[in-house]
Amino acid sequence: MSRAAWAGQGWRAWLGSAAPNSRRQARLGEIYRFSRALMRHPLAAAGLAIVLLLVLIAALAPLLAPHAPSAQHLADRLRGPGAQHWLGTDELGRDILSRLLFGTRITLGIVALVTAIAAPIGLAIGCMAGYAGGWVDAALMRVTDVFLALPRLILALAFVAALGPGIENAVLAIALVAWPPYARIARAETLALRRSDFIAAALLAGASPGRIVARHIMPLCLASVIVRVSLDMAGVILIAAGLGFLGLGAQPPAPEWGAMIAAGRKYMLDQWWVAAMPGIAIAVVSLGFNLLGDGLRDVLDPKQR
Amino acid sequence: MPASPSVERGAATALRLAVSVLLTLFGLLLATFLIARVVPIDPVLAVVGDRASAETYQRVRIELGLDQPLYVQFWRYVVLVLHGDFGRSVLTRNPVVEDIARFLPATVELATAATLIGVALGIPAGVVAAARQGRWADHAIRLVGLVGYSVPVFWLGLMALLLFYAGLGWAAGPGRLDIFYEDTVAPVTGLILVDSAIAGDWAVLRSALAHLVLPAGVLGYFSLAYISRMTRSFMLEQLGQEYIVTARAKGLSERRVLWRHALGNILVPLVTVVALSYASLLEGSVLTETVFAWPGIGSYITGSLLNIDMNAVLGGTLVVGALFIALNLLSDLLYRWLDPRTR
Repeated sequence: MSRAAWAGQGWRAWLGSAAPNSRRQARLGEIYRFSRALMRHPLAAAGLAIVLLLVLIAALAPLLAPHAPSAQHLADRLRGPGAQHWLGTDELGRDILSRLLFGTRITLGIVALVTAIAAPIGLAIGCMAGYAGGWVDAALMRVTDVFLALPRLILALAFVAALGPGIENAVLAIALVAWPPYARIARAETLALRRSDFIAAALLAGASPGRIVARHIMPLCLASVIVRVSLDMAGVILIAAGLGFLGLGAQPPAPEWGAMIAAGRKYMLDQWWVAAMPGIAIAVVSLGFNLLGDGLRDVLDPKQR
Repeated sequence: MPASPSVERGAATALRLAVSVLLTLFGLLLATFLIARVVPIDPVLAVVGDRASAETYQRVRIELGLDQPLYVQFWRYVVLVLHGDFGRSVLTRNPVVEDIARFLPATVELATAATLIGVALGIPAGVVAAARQGRWADHAIRLVGLVGYSVPVFWLGLMALLLFYAGLGWAAGPGRLDIFYEDTVAPVTGLILVDSAIAGDWAVLRSALAHLVLPAGVLGYFSLAYISRMTRSFMLEQLGQEYIVTARAKGLSERRVLWRHALGNILVPLVTVVALSYASLLEGSVLTETVFAWPGIGSYITGSLLNIDMNAVLGGTLVVGALFIALNLLSDLLYRWLDPRTR
């Protein structure tokens, strides 16, 4: 059936068809069904909304922020929330709302970088271990288990302390402790796939092991890894904020939320908003990621309900 | 007589566990060793100062064993650590082991109190959520848990201090005791609650409790979030089983079905969850202690971090890591010991 034939029944019927005619129709239908399921899950929808809002704010921060994030007005220092400064000003008279809005860029940047480093490493190690089997599998999984059995935050702290404070080192340290769960998941998926007929077919066609892992196995492991990544993002945000709070992450004057809380701590008893506002921002954003990850897991894996 | 197959299997499992624990400890040692190696501070310069002659520099370098290949250095490090020598703290000028022995009890006290709170509130919350699956109570408990997973622990600690200490005056402020009570009780266990009870000094006990309640409450909330979530999912699994249908069909009260039959069957996995949550609290205490000026291992590590006192940082990391591994092992052993199916 061509698309014209569906015209009377509308897009929904075309997307929801149980017998798609083209690869594109099948794929779009899959996305459609998935997003319908996600939207039926109210908490997941709320999480998605928060995350999308975060991305939007990060992209449009210069347009949204009423003041420059590092513009100091010492005459206006430590002003409470009001019409001029909706969330008040900090100890240098900087507008807290504007700093929070610009801070989304740092938070999102850290999450994106950690994911971009940790997820491919975990995926590659897990798929290689699962497909190769034997001593390669045993060795790689031992290393993974060792990393899994160590306390993540403390290890990250020690790494940053050794490498020196700063946002790049914080990202490296977090990525270094974040990859093992992804390797475990990718390995489990690979073990289920490696005896499939399509892998045998690829082997018969002369594909090398490297090609099979990279082209046939890794793409199929991606979905479960993505769910786990989305569940971990809140944890990454919290570790990054913790490093910032201890003065080991982003350095001033960068508007990093954890560092802002640390700076506001001194004035907490009289000017509570300086420390309170960034904490609320962190909590809302990681709640968004938690809700989204929870919902994704429910939708993709009915067993976990 | 040949050993029975079950004994043989038990021995094989024990061996596998032992190997895995040893490997993990080895990994921990390797990680701390490598971290010490990447510190951009020249340990020789730190000893001799930057005005030393080239000969002195070389002599100290050889004394410190830094001319040896890496694996020899690593071996020496392992031997030192196994003898309980973590080096000297630059900051306190004490051997790191002594420092840790002094700071660790405070952390144990805090983490234990927090776990008790988490268990006392988290398990009932999980049972109720499972019993009312999909209803508002379930959603409310889920949301409380998710917030626990989302709020930064140090921020929650600051806000708790602001509200309950500075605002309402319901709890005592930072620290473990009021200042005039400090060092009034002879340390026996290092746990002030226990020591003051042994000494019969109720004023100190009351002061210690007033100081403990906020940090333990904040940490306990995170433990609650984890324990209630796991309890809920274990309970849901049980409630779907046929013996529950039978129990209901023969007319047992719903309370008895839930709290005796279903909960009774998940106690074994719950024990492991509690052990794991205790391990994660040890880690969570790092940031909490910083906020509450709680003189535990977390404060010790963060204080040393900021002064790049690496012996202290790595010693603390080793001890917390080893405790973490021990608790993981304990939860594994408890599971095997308690669950008749794994015997």
